[in-house]
Amino acid sequence: MRNPKVRVATTSLAGCFGCHMSFLDMDERIVALLEQVEFNRSPLTDIKHCDPCDIGLVEGGLCNVDNVHVLREFRQNCKILIAVGACAINGGVPAMRNHYSLQSCLEEAFLNEIGVDNPMIPNDEALPLLLDKVHPLHEVVHVDYYLPGCPPPADAFVKILTDLLEGREPSIPAEILHYD
Amino acid sequence: MGVESSNDVQGADHLLHRLYEIQLKYGYISKEVMLCLSKELQLPITQVEGVVDFYSFFYRTPRGRYHLLFSHCTSCGDLSLMQRCCEVVGISAGETRSDGLVSIDSTSCIGMCDQGPALLINQLPIVNLDDARIDQLVLLMEQQTPICDWPSDWFTVQEKVCRAGLLLHDTLEVGAGLRAALRQGREALLQSITDSGLRGRGGAGFSAGMKWRFCREAVGEAHYVICNADEGEPGTFKDRMLLREHADTLFEGMTIGGYVIGAEKGFLYLRGEYRYLLSHLQQCLVMRRQQGLLGSSILGEAFNFDIEIVVGAGAYICGEESALIESLEQKRGVPRVRPPFPVTSGYLGQPTIVNNVETLVAATHIALHGGAWFAAHGTASSKGSKILSISGDCARPGVYEYDFGLTIAQMLEDCGATDTQAVQIGGPSGRLIAAKSFDRTIAFDDLATGGSMMIYGGQRNMLNVVQNFAHFFAHESCGFCTPCRVGTQLMKNGVDKIATGHGTAYDMDELKRLSSMVKRRSHCGLGQTAPNPILNAMESFPEAFIGVLTHHEYEPYFDLDRSLNEARRLTGRDDAEAHLS
Amino acid sequence: MNRSITVIEIDGQAVPFDEGQTIMDAAMAAGIYIPHLCHKPGLTPHGSCKLCTVDVDGRSVSSCTMPAVNGMKVSNNTPALMEVRKSITQMLFVEGNHLCPSCEKTGDCTLQAVAYHLGMLDGHYPQFYPKRAVDASHPEILLDRDRCILCALCVRAGREVDGKEIFAITGRGIDATLSIHSESGLLGDSDLSVDDLAAHICPVGAILIKDEGYEVPIGRRTFDLHCIAEPGLEPVILRKGDHTDA
Repeated sequence: MRNPKVRVATTSLAGCFGCHMSFLDMDERIVALLEQVEFNRSPLTDIKHCDPCDIGLVEGGLCNVDNVHVLREFRQNCKILIAVGACAINGGVPAMRNHYSLQSCLEEAFLNEIGVDNPMIPNDEALPLLLDKVHPLHEVVHVDYYLPGCPPPADAFVKILTDLLEGREPSIPAEILHYD
Repeated sequence: MGVESSNDVQGADHLLHRLYEIQLKYGYISKEVMLCLSKELQLPITQVEGVVDFYSFFYRTPRGRYHLLFSHCTSCGDLSLMQRCCEVVGISAGETRSDGLVSIDSTSCIGMCDQGPALLINQLPIVNLDDARIDQLVLLMEQQTPICDWPSDWFTVQEKVCRAGLLLHDTLEVGAGLRAALRQGREALLQSITDSGLRGRGGAGFSAGMKWRFCREAVGEAHYVICNADEGEPGTFKDRMLLREHADTLFEGMTIGGYVIGAEKGFLYLRGEYRYLLSHLQQCLVMRRQQGLLGSSILGEAFNFDIEIVVGAGAYICGEESALIESLEQKRGVPRVRPPFPVTSGYLGQPTIVNNVETLVAATHIALHGGAWFAAHGTASSKGSKILSISGDCARPGVYEYDFGLTIAQMLEDCGATDTQAVQIGGPSGRLIAAKSFDRTIAFDDLATGGSMMIYGGQRNMLNVVQNFAHFFAHESCGFCTPCRVGTQLMKNGVDKIATGHGTAYDMDELKRLSSMVKRRSHCGLGQTAPNPILNAMESFPEAFIGVLTHHEYEPYFDLDRSLNEARRLTGRDDAEAHLS
Repeated sequence: MNRSITVIEIDGQAVPFDEGQTIMDAAMAAGIYIPHLCHKPGLTPHGSCKLCTVDVDGRSVSSCTMPAVNGMKVSNNTPALMEVRKSITQMLFVEGNHLCPSCEKTGDCTLQAVAYHLGMLDGHYPQFYPKRAVDASHPEILLDRDRCILCALCVRAGREVDGKEIFAITGRGIDATLSIHSESGLLGDSDLSVDDLAAHICPVGAILIKDEGYEVPIGRRTFDLHCIAEPGLEPVILRKGDHTDA
């Protein structure tokens, strides 16, 4: 009997999907990967909620309530949680808003910006409320591994997943370790 | 009552003194004034700004005409009184009321631990605070009664010597020690100091004789004597008593030091919290000059020496000798790289001895009575006596002098401490010991101490004590080196997380790891000792931490729901989705 | 010559030194890398970043300030010390706003390169996210304090090489900050010129020359081509964008 496939979930929180794009940059290597892996909740599958998974890859930091809920769902369901990319690790570019108060950010975008019609700060209950600051993942849940880069190169995704699939402690060689 | 102008005294042009005058006059120090001052004193504007921003008692924005600083010390502080005061006055801590009448904040220990709770109002201490006194005080402020017309007993700092030993049992005749010193001559006197076994009373315990000899032998254009009266360690106040009651003996010790090392100039660096002692000390100096004990040709000998007092402005780090020297040089109090040590390169790069108040007082006694007299007391490693500041949960707080070698248990019995769970030996930077160690002794090779003895009774929450100290160090770190600048903040946040019930076993491990790193890798004594309360308490009182840990595996590092406050306010939302738990 | 040879031992390797040299001086001369950020040969050692922390006979010292003493046994490249240095580097990352993807210095940044060398993958500690002022008043030079690590290289370069009072560290503790010596407190009103060493010495992206951003393509920047631990790299770091492919 074949071993069951390793179940992987992925998501992008306050990120740009660049990490996901970089993941797909592994090109044909994904075919071999899919021999061992099946994707659960992910933008790649359009599955909306996590089943119990082996590995969760989370791109992006936390900027709103929804991000926190999704992150908690990943933490609850994934045996191994990996913070992927600069935003997940230290807030990244979205955290540049931490320099300003939430009020001034929202006023700039929805009240004072040139060309704003019907100026008002959106308050529909369907919208996720914003946190006063953007935060990295490890400030809310335990993170097992970190994969830095903006984005991490496809080789780094291949390396960390291969290491985990083969039961090794993952490591990133110096040549592909970068924060940008 | 009141603070005299220092225009006619030596050192009036010192940057710290000029800034104090400005702060007093205008209630703050504006950029314009700093620019004028930098031109007048020919100092870079960044140096003036650097000093203003470094010392806690200088402000860039206006303080109230009545500026209250409540001690935040486990012995002489009670922030519930500050809270009460804030409520009655109608402001929050750190604020100045819109009418400019009053501002309130907390400050590090002000050295009134035997008669707390206490505060500083316009740099004058008010002791023995209680609710009633706070209410009266607010009334006087609202009526705009000048402070000089307030009840004078509020400002009376009692000097309670509960136990006099070797040094305190008698007051020396003015000039007797110095005369004896000059009679013996430099070399014999130095030998006597060395033979006495006198070691630094600040806590580090370096041999005074060796320090003086190294300095005397160091080549320089001038030599300097500095008395470290920046008694900033929370829980200590014995120097306050010595400065008030034994100033002549102290100044005489400085003069003797100057005689031995070949200095003509000495500085007394007085902590800003003791500014109320300044006029007394200045008067004492004037008298000594009149008596020929200071100035030119002292006692008719070819020996010139004078003393200048420089007053600090709220920076614990200036108790570190090289930071103190930087402060004397009108700079931020950042500890220097060592080597070189002050004995070869101190004030203005010249050979300098820096000694504790108590050490210098002892030196005068030794000059008079001889090294053997001193060495006959104490233990093999620790000669003579130690003056202790005892405070906290005991019946008779005050100053106690013992020969070295006494046990903590004896000390606790003498001061009327019952049901003691812990004693903080040597203040927050020292060591926290639990009851099982009360048979240990005060000595350099057992429990070395600068003299702060903070007693904690059974009802105290030791985690809150540790939290208080963690905040203290984070506030007082000078910011020079990475481990201390960042580490003291992280330690503070780590202790807060646990103390507010959001700590996990993981957080506890993290705090321990961080504390060990900061202790071992920091630049100076502040960073190297800041983790002590945490590490000691984790060892001796683990239940204080473990008892409040959550059983979750992981807890967020910030309050998720509170981080939605601003968004809720901006959107007017309060639905279920507008909250996080 | 009858001069006695003085030697220290770094990780078991004998390293000769001359009177007056520090451990760092001796190590550099021998091609041994000790991680550092606030040190630059030719400027007065500062000893503040503590990256160059080594153990000497069991005692923790800064190698950039500690004079070498004959027979000294120095531990440098040990797993424990690398771990300590990683923690210190993480502290530097979290206390500021070091968002590499949006920084022009990325790829040429010494803080980043040291972090790579130490195998740092994350900031570990919670972020401080301080709000620090940017100063764009100088026509040719930008100061972004978010990235300042308080190493004081610019302070010393100004005073000791350029002969000018330009920068200073002010404030206390976590509020320590880089200040400008000018009446307005602005860089544009200071004596700093684009030719000054103080304008170029910043190891991070706090002091940047304007109009020069992202000139070198990714893959050819200093630390795309070199590891910080390579001997003799010091001059290369100052020649940003100017070096040829190795």
